[in-house]
Amino acid sequence: MFDLEAILTTIAPEMLLAAAGLLGVTIGAIFGDRFNGISFKLGALVLFAAAVLAGYYWEGGRAFDGLVETTSFANFAKIVSFVAGGVALLMAEGFLRRHRTMRYEYSLLVIFAALGMGIILSATNFMTLYLGVETLSLSSYVLASFHRDSPRSAEAGLKYFVLGALASGLLLYGMSLVYGFTGSTSYEVIASSDASMGLMFGMVLMITGLAFKVSAAPMHVWTPDVYEGSPSPVVAFFATAPKMASMVVFAIVMYTAFPQAMAFDNWQMIIGIIAAASMLIGAIGALPQTNLKRLLGYSSIANMGYALVAVAAGVQFGAGSLLIFMTAYVIASLGLFGGVLSMRREGGMVENIDELSGLIRRQPGLATALTILLVSVSGFPLAFGFLGKLAVLEAGWNAGLMPLIIILVLSSVIAMYYYLRIVKIMWFDEQAEDFESVDAWVTLTVYVTALVSVALLIFINPLSELAASAAASLIS
Amino acid sequence: MDFPILSAVTFLPLAGAILILLIRALTGAQMRPDGSEDDRVLYAGLLFSIATFVVSVVMFLSFDTSGTGYQLVEEVDWFAGVKYKMGVDGMSVLLILLTTLLTPIALIASIGSIKHRLTEYVVSFLILETFMIGVFCALDLVVFYVFFEAGLIPMFIVIGVWGGVDRIYASFKFFLYTLLGSLFMLAAVVYMYLTAGTSDVVVLEQFEFSKSAQIWLWLAFFSSFAVKLPMWPVHTWLPDAHVQAPTAGSVILAAVLLKMGGYGFLRFNLPMFPDASLFFQPFVFVVSVVAIVYASLVAWRQTDMKKLIAYSSVAHMGFVTLGIFSFTEIGVQGAIFQMLSHGLISGALFLIVGVVYDRMHTRDISAYGGLVHRMPVYASFFMLFTMANVGLPGTSGFVGEILTMVGAFQANTWAAAGAALGVIFSAVYMLTLYRRTVFGEITNPELDTIQDVNTKELICLVPLAFGTILLGILPNLIFDITRESSLHALAQMAGG
Repeated sequence: MFDLEAILTTIAPEMLLAAAGLLGVTIGAIFGDRFNGISFKLGALVLFAAAVLAGYYWEGGRAFDGLVETTSFANFAKIVSFVAGGVALLMAEGFLRRHRTMRYEYSLLVIFAALGMGIILSATNFMTLYLGVETLSLSSYVLASFHRDSPRSAEAGLKYFVLGALASGLLLYGMSLVYGFTGSTSYEVIASSDASMGLMFGMVLMITGLAFKVSAAPMHVWTPDVYEGSPSPVVAFFATAPKMASMVVFAIVMYTAFPQAMAFDNWQMIIGIIAAASMLIGAIGALPQTNLKRLLGYSSIANMGYALVAVAAGVQFGAGSLLIFMTAYVIASLGLFGGVLSMRREGGMVENIDELSGLIRRQPGLATALTILLVSVSGFPLAFGFLGKLAVLEAGWNAGLMPLIIILVLSSVIAMYYYLRIVKIMWFDEQAEDFESVDAWVTLTVYVTALVSVALLIFINPLSELAASAAASLIS
Repeated sequence: MDFPILSAVTFLPLAGAILILLIRALTGAQMRPDGSEDDRVLYAGLLFSIATFVVSVVMFLSFDTSGTGYQLVEEVDWFAGVKYKMGVDGMSVLLILLTTLLTPIALIASIGSIKHRLTEYVVSFLILETFMIGVFCALDLVVFYVFFEAGLIPMFIVIGVWGGVDRIYASFKFFLYTLLGSLFMLAAVVYMYLTAGTSDVVVLEQFEFSKSAQIWLWLAFFSSFAVKLPMWPVHTWLPDAHVQAPTAGSVILAAVLLKMGGYGFLRFNLPMFPDASLFFQPFVFVVSVVAIVYASLVAWRQTDMKKLIAYSSVAHMGFVTLGIFSFTEIGVQGAIFQMLSHGLISGALFLIVGVVYDRMHTRDISAYGGLVHRMPVYASFFMLFTMANVGLPGTSGFVGEILTMVGAFQANTWAAAGAALGVIFSAVYMLTLYRRTVFGEITNPELDTIQDVNTKELICLVPLAFGTILLGILPNLIFDITRESSLHALAQMAGG
């Protein structure tokens, strides 16, 4: 029956997001451009409130006859995603104002994307999952081409759309095969059915579709192009919130829908190969890049590879590690894209790495913060990212994934080279011209994320316990 | 709980660095009229490093030299069973003193020779000092790893910003070489943590890993420490890094950073993987002897003074590994002694090169000659450290070399014989260097007006000269302190 309590504990944040989004559309229709100014801060507020709600209903629940079920594991991811989305939204305002595209639709699209993330994280049924995936994706396509006058942005949006639609198709086809062979779209029923060959086919197609969403190799090719072409604040959003949500959903689908012994053996191997390919392609592909956004695109491919090692380790070993790793990645990425957004010169944005030349002498604070963030995202000790990589290594060892550990080590060294190259340009090279000042939100984000990255290295214990308890919720 | 003196020593430089950064952020960089940065910031950094030295002396005094096991232990939970655990034994206490002594000396040596971006320079050195001390204090593998790796960043910046012409290449090579070795160690650390359920060094020393696991773990740790030490054939980053680094960077690199490798062998490889250490003994001996002979020969042919001393470091570190892997008390004692002694001597030699480099801006040996006519005091110091590096009795270099060779002799005669060859070669290349730079007639007219060492340089050199001679005459000062740690390092070997 209609059980409000259960519904609230399960999807309270999504209800808030949906209500706020629809209300925003109405207000926008009435007030038009007058709503633009305030919409960004309101939108961020809504996202933060949704994060708080997810924390409030930490234990989660189950509603609508099991179409949605929220675990602490999902709530952890929701909190990180919503906060990241809110921060990305705050960073976007100044950029869009300067480019005369500050429109309230932007914040509404981010809210709807966040709604999609919430739905996929709570999904326990392919129908719900697909609804969420499409809500997230469609919002993302529009966001990618938000600079509608810029050919690059339009191109990025179109590329993203065409390839994304293909991936959604694969995902849907996989779901239909699984449905055909098990007679159900519910994770629970699928998990308890026999692992037939048809199920395997469906599972592989689903993995392909999900790999696209997290930009894992070989479904990664869209990433550098979309990162380069989309407006920078949009990329700051793409690289963080949806990555966190999609990766965790990837894990949830694999852990809960395909736990059968035979299926597990198969998807562990497939995801292991995807992880290895992502780590290597991400690390090697970034080497020749000169555009910072493209480089960060490859860096995120490599990082998704590391995260997939945790996924491949299986629910028992990998779940907690995945949360820690992805949180570290999201924090560092937010800050790094804050750095990208700070690169403004003579009224326009610059994206070439060389533009950072000698930054330490012009803006020592910014350069130091970016160095810390690069150190964090590279997984080097001194920042939170190290503990993320440590967690992934631990998961890999526990699951006995030796080849993946070796590739992880090698690709980390290769990746270190290009992170160091940025440090080198900032610290060693001759001074270039000053950047123009940007809005306070961007600067604040860079500093705060750098500070948090260092602080969490030391005060990791509460977070690591939280992640462990969240992972436990998935196992029981 | 007692006052956490180890943490105080470790983090005092870092606190100083943060304070300097804050003051700089509030006041902005103070520039002189000629565009160079006001060097008051250097004196501020010096103040902090001297304070650190004083605190480390207090720490040394509160250390019970006759006690066994780890002392002054501090423990705080970090996460998931990993603890922030610090503690020292005789070996680490001395290495910490070496670090805190050489950092102020390195900063004094920089007065006047580093002119741009002083704030970053001082901050880098202070941060580096924190990480170096941390390495020698850490009693938890994860904590150790963090300190061990973290030190790369400030050194990378020191070489890359204030280094010579090829500084970028050298800094990248230094960083990536060391990183590759260390990541294998990280993988091993994770494995040990999962197998033994803890990353506490004290517990792990008692934990018996299976023979096959030991082999892999030993190799992983070895790959990290061998690069750091450095051992032949992974030593090639060292000459590049030394040649390109500024004088102070070379001093710290040679005197302290290289010691982390030897320290790692004694702290981890021997007690934790005794079977594997025994298994790899012949391998290490071969590599060490090759390092000693090969590096000595290469050093002989160098035309760059810094490169010569860098290769001499590789050779001298060969004695350290030889002593450690002799698994005799005398050999291990000698290895620890050799590390300390080499810290003083090589640090001093790089300062010596720095003195003439500051005046002539070249390290080419052929540009010098006849320095004794213009710089008699300099020539005397150079003579002392040359002799110490050769291993003249009465200097600390002698004690370290003879003991490691005696230790090696007990384990393997041929290894000792090969090492003895290295002693002869070291006399050849060091005396050649000395003859060509100091003796003879002045051929380079630019040398006519060269000034002898000034007060600043004397302040740097005198403590090192004093230490070299003191340790040479009274080596028991050291042995009494390190005896327990050497026995401790060998305890598992004897049992196995």
